[in-house]
Amino acid sequence: MRFGQLPYDAAHLLGGLVLLLSFVLLYQRRLGAVIRVFAAQGAVLAAAAAWQGWVQGEAGLYVTALIALLAKAVLIPLALDRLVRELQLHRTVETAMGVGPSMAAGVGLVGLALLVVLPIRLGLPPGASGGLRAADAIAASAHGALTRESLAIALSVVLLGMLMMITRRNALTQVVGLMSLENGLVLAAIGVAGMPLVLELSTAALVLMAFAVAGIFVFRIRERFDSVDLLHLDSAVPESDLPMLVTAADPAGGAAGAPADIPTGIPTGIPKGGAAGAPGEAR
Amino acid sequence: MSPLVLPVALPWVGAALLALLPRLRHAAAVNCAVSAATLLLALWAAASPYAADGVLHTDALNLPLLLVAAVVGASTSVYSAAYVATLGYDAARVRVYHAAFQGFMGAVMLALLADNLGVTWVAIEAATLASVMIVALPRTAGAIAAAWKLFILCGVGIGLALFGTVVLYLAGQPFTGGGMKGLSWAALRAAAPLADPGVLNLAFVFLLVGYGTKAGLVPLHSWLPDAESEGPTPITAVLSGLLLNAALHAVLRAKAVVGANPGAIPPGTLLLALGLASVLLAALSLSRRRDARRFFAWSSIEHMGLAAFAFGLGGAASLAGLVHMAGHSLLKSAVFFGVGRAAQRKGSQRIDAIGGLVVNHPALGWALAAAIAGLAGLPPFALFASEFALLTDAAARAPLAVAVLALGLVVAFAALVGILQSLCLGTPTPEPAAPTANRAAGGPRTDWATVGPMLLHLLLALGLGVALPEAAGAVLRAGAALAG
Repeated sequence: MRFGQLPYDAAHLLGGLVLLLSFVLLYQRRLGAVIRVFAAQGAVLAAAAAWQGWVQGEAGLYVTALIALLAKAVLIPLALDRLVRELQLHRTVETAMGVGPSMAAGVGLVGLALLVVLPIRLGLPPGASGGLRAADAIAASAHGALTRESLAIALSVVLLGMLMMITRRNALTQVVGLMSLENGLVLAAIGVAGMPLVLELSTAALVLMAFAVAGIFVFRIRERFDSVDLLHLDSAVPESDLPMLVTAADPAGGAAGAPADIPTGIPTGIPKGGAAGAPGEAR
Repeated sequence: MSPLVLPVALPWVGAALLALLPRLRHAAAVNCAVSAATLLLALWAAASPYAADGVLHTDALNLPLLLVAAVVGASTSVYSAAYVATLGYDAARVRVYHAAFQGFMGAVMLALLADNLGVTWVAIEAATLASVMIVALPRTAGAIAAAWKLFILCGVGIGLALFGTVVLYLAGQPFTGGGMKGLSWAALRAAAPLADPGVLNLAFVFLLVGYGTKAGLVPLHSWLPDAESEGPTPITAVLSGLLLNAALHAVLRAKAVVGANPGAIPPGTLLLALGLASVLLAALSLSRRRDARRFFAWSSIEHMGLAAFAFGLGGAASLAGLVHMAGHSLLKSAVFFGVGRAAQRKGSQRIDAIGGLVVNHPALGWALAAAIAGLAGLPPFALFASEFALLTDAAARAPLAVAVLALGLVVAFAALVGILQSLCLGTPTPEPAAPTANRAAGGPRTDWATVGPMLLHLLLALGLGVALPEAAGAVLRAGAALAG
């Protein structure tokens, strides 16, 4: 596999599509559209997994593709649609940050992912043969260069998923953000040749379970608060610790959940030098 | 099948059994029996020589934590038997509670025993889901909010950890040969000196932030005070005592791998910085808390920060860190038993509603006072030994950091002594109803199911602090050396 060859180009085309759909998720204003875009992302992910299965000659990846197709492109979107219908949720997406700023932050995050991942060197260091034959070593470093770029795309998808979780106040859109983040993880795992299958399988299975748990929550939250807007949750916690982190300049603490507060307090300051530092700064 | 599988398999078989059990009357007893048998299996594993079997292994680093986990699990099951009886849950909730408890125990055991990044990750995710289910059980608004926060924040954390796992696998792939072996902690550690430092750095940052979330390290700690103050008390005890340790253990394994490469960023520095931030933020937050369980949840953040600081410093301080993890598990779960019981008696877990416990409930009051004193780092308990060793070692090697750390410790100490006085001493606060008439308050049997496990934990923490057998000391030293 080299640059300009079909296996490489197609894998990156599919990875790029997943990333593009992450951006599309960011600017949807209707819940129904969010769910459909998420389903499309799942379908593209399945195609990417199947393609990698063919390129790597790894039969297990077809199973991953099948799981992604069934769960993420069909079952979960159907279930989410049903939730929206049965709970008669507001059909619009409630944002904590406007569409424009979130898109700008998203572009910044992709830039960050590229800056962090592209300088790394995969494969064998020059001079150290590591006991491999020379031909193997060359193949390994060529493959490393390809893997590195799919890793950068996957990291971008992960960071955009986090951004979506931060900038959306509705429980349902947060779950979609989390699952889109997990799509990025699967994308990272399938791009790595020889990654043991157990990981992808369990990722898929656990996403399902996580979704089941989350679904129950959405029901319960609805039952409890007549709304899935997470601001209600924040005020339900008697002594929220969030203001400590978020509003250092606000001595009143905003325990009742000032509208700008992020309900879940997702990364407000991951250590500098960390690849994930931007979501907090982007706010 | 190797004996190492048993401490993991038994709780999971127990979970299935408890989910299907036709007669709920025996559920609590079965729960206790499974936990006790797990403790025996863990003791057996500790008595056998170190073993490695496919994806599971025992070594000096995970054995002490495994034993502590099994002890805390067994005594929590005794406490929870009395606790659940007072809650009046319906059949479905009792089933979910016990099955999720054993599911959680099995997952923590697996996370500690696994010699494989992928398996560790799956185990910690499973433990998270089980704890989410239990935290939501009271079905109050606060409990659901706390469970949601736990689910979302830990979902993100666990996602980042998986990304770190993939990157670490990539870093080692040319040297480990890939496949399942490419995810083994031991194989990765052997390969680390050859791997590219840049890739290792990237992997470590993700693993640290991901598992650091689960270990309650600042800045991703905010799920912890909610989950520990709103869920049922027994799950609070095991969350604080076991899950935080299992997550920190994963961070330590990653640190050992990355630390083996001289070209990579020194992983200790990052851990040290997160630990210091956790201690400071928690110390400053302690005095502002009005809810007793939330107070001690913040104290967990402080202690995990201390342990992270110790491991970040490395060398001799690692031993202090390992003793600190074990001692904190024992004492913190004892404190949660006591506070949970006191809150039942007083009908509220607000700090100002609980007072003068030693007057009306001398056994409970004094046991709680001793446990809080131990948490504050007073002799003769284990945390005194570990904090003393940490401070003396750190003073020589990182005098500036130790000045900041000491400030945090003093503030936290003052807050803990303050809460000891207000909860246990002073004039007793009124109790809502006569214990015999009030089902939610339980009876003397509930008192003993609380005080018994507390005394056991205090005794073990005392032994860890002043009378550690030479063999156990050697294991702890070897474990500290593994953590680096």
